[in-house]
Amino acid sequence: MDKKLEPIVKDLQEKFSATYEEHRGEVHCFVKPEKIVEALTLLRDKHHFELLSALTAVDYYPQTSPRFHVIYQLTSLEKIAFIQLRVPVNGDNPKVPTGTGVYDTCNWRERELMDMFGIEFEGHPDPRRILMPEGTEGHPLRKDFPLGYEEPQFTFNFEDIDIRKPYAKE
Amino acid sequence: MTQIQEVSIDQFKHLVSERALRGETMLLNMGPQHPSTHGVLRLLLELDGETIINCISDIGYLHTGIEKNMEAKTYQKAEVMTDRLDYMNTMGNNLAYVMAVEKLVDLDVPVRAQALRVILVELQRIASHLVWLGAFGLDLAAMSVFLYCFRERELVLDIFEMVSGQRMMTTYIRPGGLWRDVPVEFEKAVRDFVQLFHKRVDEYERLMTRNPIFIDRLVGIGYLDKKTALSYGVTGPTLRASGVNWDLRKATPYLGYEQYDFNVPVSDDCDTYARYIVRIQEMRESLKIIEQAMNKLPLGPVRSENRKFVPPPRSEIGVSMESLIHHFKLWTEGFLAPKGSIYNAVESPRGELGVFLESDGGPKPYRVHMRTPSFDNLAVLPEITKGHLVADLVAILASIDIVLGDSDR
Repeated sequence: MDKKLEPIVKDLQEKFSATYEEHRGEVHCFVKPEKIVEALTLLRDKHHFELLSALTAVDYYPQTSPRFHVIYQLTSLEKIAFIQLRVPVNGDNPKVPTGTGVYDTCNWRERELMDMFGIEFEGHPDPRRILMPEGTEGHPLRKDFPLGYEEPQFTFNFEDIDIRKPYAKE
Repeated sequence: MTQIQEVSIDQFKHLVSERALRGETMLLNMGPQHPSTHGVLRLLLELDGETIINCISDIGYLHTGIEKNMEAKTYQKAEVMTDRLDYMNTMGNNLAYVMAVEKLVDLDVPVRAQALRVILVELQRIASHLVWLGAFGLDLAAMSVFLYCFRERELVLDIFEMVSGQRMMTTYIRPGGLWRDVPVEFEKAVRDFVQLFHKRVDEYERLMTRNPIFIDRLVGIGYLDKKTALSYGVTGPTLRASGVNWDLRKATPYLGYEQYDFNVPVSDDCDTYARYIVRIQEMRESLKIIEQAMNKLPLGPVRSENRKFVPPPRSEIGVSMESLIHHFKLWTEGFLAPKGSIYNAVESPRGELGVFLESDGGPKPYRVHMRTPSFDNLAVLPEITKGHLVADLVAILASIDIVLGDSDR
């Protein structure tokens, strides 16, 4: 592990009983959902992680506990250090407290995750969909959401498929 | 099929002021089809006279599900989707994705390929800034700048066409190096462009930098302080114009950027004019990098020799059985990436372009997330437009340089 990150990871381990993994020189710390706001505040104020570079999620369907990992990628401009926080979330009622009070980036990024994964961010000031239109059913980036395809039509089944094909007819 | 829903004020109740609910201020829709929104962006403005009280942005009109689509393709085939993200920075998008794949599978890249990548990405940065400058001028009613900028951008696109066969959707940078070596005419074309472009930047500056109308429209408009910028995750020239010296090319040098001598333009003025100055200077710095890279362009292969990830050259396929097998396996099955996840970020013309890749050990990425700079840069817009006039909003929107394909993905 990078020398700069050692005290930070130790701090997270002591305060939030976080565990960590290393992969290709990157450090991933696992934090419980209820501790994430405190952890972000600590990293921003004490360890100078001023920038929340990315906020995303991964869906491990059909695994249910945890089904999702919410991923916070943080950057420290002062120390030139990078750390990733991962929050495992269960599949049946995915909820994470909002980080909008710590980083303003969380506002739109959390809306994106609500839209794409259906993870609820408790206390979010503006919980609307952001990329998909209002009234969309389902959450497209979940693994159980089909990618969508068009059935190929041949001479023998052209009519059958044409009836149920969802394109604009006048 | 979902029903078309009508927008009502109830949806935006928590975002507008009390006066809007009483009907004292006006709610005005700007976009999604508006000449100065730089793509399909809808802004809902709450106006008191001509002063903006609140600005609500609505994005997603260009959402094409690129992240979802990439999960269904092998690592090589998913690369073509990255071109379509930020169509002003295609080489840079390829680079960000390819570098992430290389980091994931631990693949080496020959030095010549690295130097060529630097040249191409910096040319792309200039082309992207030229489009920005042209559109910026156009929004401020300086029509001629737009025509000049597109004239020079065409020269860059000609170079791309020369090396890759495509002007925009190049997919020239591939895992392990480049698609093929550059043609012999490449060097002359780049040197001619660099020589010409020095003069052309001076020309743009003569047109705009000291233009009194230009200064009146820009100085003090759209003030974005350092703290707000960082909290909103703003990166790139917009952040550097707010006085933060942060450039990933300097902070975490990749592709051998540490060998090149260049400065990172920073301004403490935090306004729209500062963002213009920073971008103009960045074009000059990019020229410096291109010149240095051209002068010490090493000879050698442009593709890694690791045949598990990189297809063999075409000439070998006819004579070597192993090459044929490797080629066949790579284009049917793809390569298997080890299990794990990585995040890799590069400096795009708009800011930090990060790629998050998670692999489950198979030939397709389990999850791809593109951290696109336009998304976060656009999120700060409501914050910095409050209290300005509608005409200033146009200048501010142009100055943060958004590409909607980049933000909506």
